[in-house]
Amino acid sequence: MLKFVVRRLMMLVVTLFVASFAIYSAMYLAPGNPIAALLGGRTPTPEAIAVLEERYHLNDPFIVRYLRWVGGALRGDFGVSIQLRQEVSTLISQRIGTTVQLVLYASLIIVVVGVALGIVGGLRKGVLDNVVIVATTVSAAVPSFVASIILLSVFAVNLGWFPALGTGEGFVDQLRHLTLPAVALAFSSIALVARITRSAVREELSREHVQTAVSRGIPYRTVVRRHVMRNAAIPITTVVGITVASLFAASAVVERAFSLNGIGAYLIQAALSKDIAVVQGISLVIVAIFVVVNAIVDFLYAVLDPRVSLGASAA
Amino acid sequence: MSDAFLELQQVTVRLPISGELRTVLHDVSFRIAPGEAVGLVGESGSGKSMTARAVARLLPPGAESSGTVLFAGNDVAALKGAALRAFRAEVAVVFQDPRAHINPVRTIGDFMTEALRTNHDVSRADAAAKAVSLLAEVGIADGQRRLEQHPHELSGGLLQRVMIATALLTEPKLLLADEPTTALDVTTQSDVMAILDELRRERGMSMLFITHDLELAGAVCDRTAVMYAGQLVEERTSSALHDDPLHPYTAGLVGARPRIDGDVVRLSAIPGRPRSAFEAPAGCAFNDRCVHVVDDCVASRPALEPLDGGSVRCHRAVELRGRLQEGAAHG
Amino acid sequence: MSAIELDPTVVGPVPATRRWRGVPGLRGTGVAGHLSALVLAIAGVVAVFGQWLAPHDPDLTNLSYAFVGPIEGHPLGFDSQGRDLLSRILAGARSSLLGPTAVVTLAMIVGTFLAVATAWKGGRFDRWVSAGLDVLFAFPAIVLAIIVSVIVEPSLMSATIALSIAYTPYIARVLRSAALRERARDYIAALEVQGLRAWIICVRHLGRNLLPLIVAQGAVLFGYAMVDLAAISFLGLGVRPPQADWGVMVSTGQSGVLQGYPLESLSAGVCIIAVVIAVNILGERLTERANSVTR
Ligand SMILES: Nc1ncnc2c1ncn2[C@@H]1O[C@H](COP(=O)(O)OP(=O)(O)OP(=O)(O)O)[C@@H](O)[C@H]1O
Ligand SMILES: [Mg+2]
Repeated sequence: MLKFVVRRLMMLVVTLFVASFAIYSAMYLAPGNPIAALLGGRTPTPEAIAVLEERYHLNDPFIVRYLRWVGGALRGDFGVSIQLRQEVSTLISQRIGTTVQLVLYASLIIVVVGVALGIVGGLRKGVLDNVVIVATTVSAAVPSFVASIILLSVFAVNLGWFPALGTGEGFVDQLRHLTLPAVALAFSSIALVARITRSAVREELSREHVQTAVSRGIPYRTVVRRHVMRNAAIPITTVVGITVASLFAASAVVERAFSLNGIGAYLIQAALSKDIAVVQGISLVIVAIFVVVNAIVDFLYAVLDPRVSLGASAA
Repeated sequence: MSDAFLELQQVTVRLPISGELRTVLHDVSFRIAPGEAVGLVGESGSGKSMTARAVARLLPPGAESSGTVLFAGNDVAALKGAALRAFRAEVAVVFQDPRAHINPVRTIGDFMTEALRTNHDVSRADAAAKAVSLLAEVGIADGQRRLEQHPHELSGGLLQRVMIATALLTEPKLLLADEPTTALDVTTQSDVMAILDELRRERGMSMLFITHDLELAGAVCDRTAVMYAGQLVEERTSSALHDDPLHPYTAGLVGARPRIDGDVVRLSAIPGRPRSAFEAPAGCAFNDRCVHVVDDCVASRPALEPLDGGSVRCHRAVELRGRLQEGAAHG
Repeated sequence: MSAIELDPTVVGPVPATRRWRGVPGLRGTGVAGHLSALVLAIAGVVAVFGQWLAPHDPDLTNLSYAFVGPIEGHPLGFDSQGRDLLSRILAGARSSLLGPTAVVTLAMIVGTFLAVATAWKGGRFDRWVSAGLDVLFAFPAIVLAIIVSVIVEPSLMSATIALSIAYTPYIARVLRSAALRERARDYIAALEVQGLRAWIICVRHLGRNLLPLIVAQGAVLFGYAMVDLAAISFLGLGVRPPQADWGVMVSTGQSGVLQGYPLESLSAGVCIIAVVIAVNILGERLTERANSVTR
């Protein structure tokens, strides 16, 4: 088990380093002159240029600049936004709360609704199962931005039950503001989780060991809980984990649609205005979250499935 | 035999197979007396497992069945609630493939003690102690340690011993053993078989022992029933069945045993491939593979008739009596 | 053996029914599969001929008709600029479908090549390529698209390239394991013994046997690509307004939604959903079929 954890952690660190290098060097290719952006249209004096080049280390070789950037990133320093002249880390930390809340809210919806639908479809054959299949087929095909628009149109504009845009103040108000975005973000992932849950439940139900439990007189509900659900939890955890990991990137779309002030929407804004340091910083944060959550999923998998840890430590 | 402990009366089972209900068991009747072991022998697909599943109320979803299964005088199909639980405790199943039939993500201890703890209100410690002592009986000395392990940490032979020990935990009166050794390698097979046989005799349990191997059935069972295409074709004491088969199919099986007495090891004296009930021809199910076939065999299906202290399902049984063994040995 | 599984050799012959078994190529995908294919065929026709099918000029603005609802000759009404919505939907089909088609084609070619090459060569080559793909895996498609949009001017092209890169590791992973399974089969060894060249075996035999899976995966990916591309255009990092495109239309229609005129966003959204549903169902059916053949 320990060996497995160590190996997985090493993989994680290597992936992050390579990814950070890819992000930094890709941005390095970006056209445009940072000095011009800094000066914002004023005519530069040679001295001013020299000062700026000095301040932003624009004359150092690429590799030195990369290492400085990664070193900073490790300490939580992502440089300075050329547009806003503020620390990127400050700009991120002002906004990441909204994104985290949104993602957690959406994850909760995905887990509760998706797993519940999947269990119903898996255990009940016939009408209920068909309803689940049709519902998930449709919801799987609804992109988050289309879901956003529909929810906005129905629940915010026509019915007026929820506010249309913005983040809100205070917990309850924030919850109200985040409800529609969270549903929009969750919508198609619910289908994925429900599908996987359903087929996992089906598969486990048909397993021989379930037959054994029944043959020994264990009540059906107990068999379902202790054997079917316990074993189906392994694929369900995996798909939920991967889905949640991807929500941090996907939330950009929803944040945009609902004018939420999260890191996703800010990343888009920065990309449109070519605010390189911000794009680099947020991209790295999102990739890091993605990789870390995936690693956590792997650990959970090993915890849930005793066969995995042995395989890894024996190797 | 009025002292029947388990009795099947004309059990017929139909299953949904590729969209339609098809017969997999046809008119199966037999009895097992208290303490008696009965072997059930037949080729793959003949319906042996389905018979055991019909007894244990483990038919696949969508199955339709008719006929009666009586256990200790009660109709098994009518059991509910506490009575059903009591039945489950008294009838234990040992499955063919322990690796598939034990939940891979739970510990051996969980597996062994689950029934005791959920249905019999035995405390965790007591259940574990009982499990350890039974493990010792099946030849697993370090039971305490095994209880903490997971199935993948045990060999197939050990797992099947665990399965047997688990079956015995609730002190059942009838054991349904569905090819308990087929999934094991040859040397472990005989060990496990010996343990099963010994424990059964000690406890005076009845057993329905399912196998492909007529010889093995003869070694551990008082009587043996032969199944072909979802029907019983012959049922007699094991020794009589072996020495003087009454049904041409049984004779074929006796001849189909690998024979090591000659220079060559010879297999299958039965032409054609095994059938399921729904693939069987009209008339006698065996008529398309039988060397003794006559018009009658195609015209009508023979009934299971008593003969020589057992029963046989063949129109020509009386006529052919005594001649089949020879034919098998030399044919 | 599982007690539930059926041994196909035992189940016996299925009586031959003289029923129509479906369009060649779609056999075994059922009614839903055929309906989905029909939806896609219609979408394809619109993508190619939409401009000519459009009853009005999709780019003609007339502000006096802004947000006017459905009227005679304009069944979907007008957008915020007074352009005919139906015409814009028809004209917008092209970029909305062309993008995903290009993404799937590119990712498929590169992914299949990498999968077959790594499965065939194995060893260090396999390890390095697989490790590289694992790193790419860490980049969500949207993030990649954003990065690419900073390097080059955002356009359908840049978004297409970004998504192709994002999808390649996925394809390569799925196909690599299938190719490994296939490579282990006896007939490949037999071909090798006959002295056939590796690339001929790969293309003619491995490739052909993987084809059902490739097609099925392509359909599944098309749905994802359609959604992701539209999302990228919605964000302003792909197709740019005023060009008619379904993703763009959902975005430009948003101001209308807030004012109570949701038709532009909704009609474009419904088109996206319909195509994605169709392609998902077809992909699922084709995957089932591919699996039942290769197992
Ligand atoms: N779950 C199921 N659904 C449908 N048909 C089944 C199912 N299980 C078994 N069958 C069919 O029922 C018939 C009898 O099967 P059964 O498992 O009883 O055979 P068996 O004699 O135990 O064979 P084996 O020696 O291979 O275990 C076979 O034709 C089989 O195909
Ligand atoms: Mg069987």
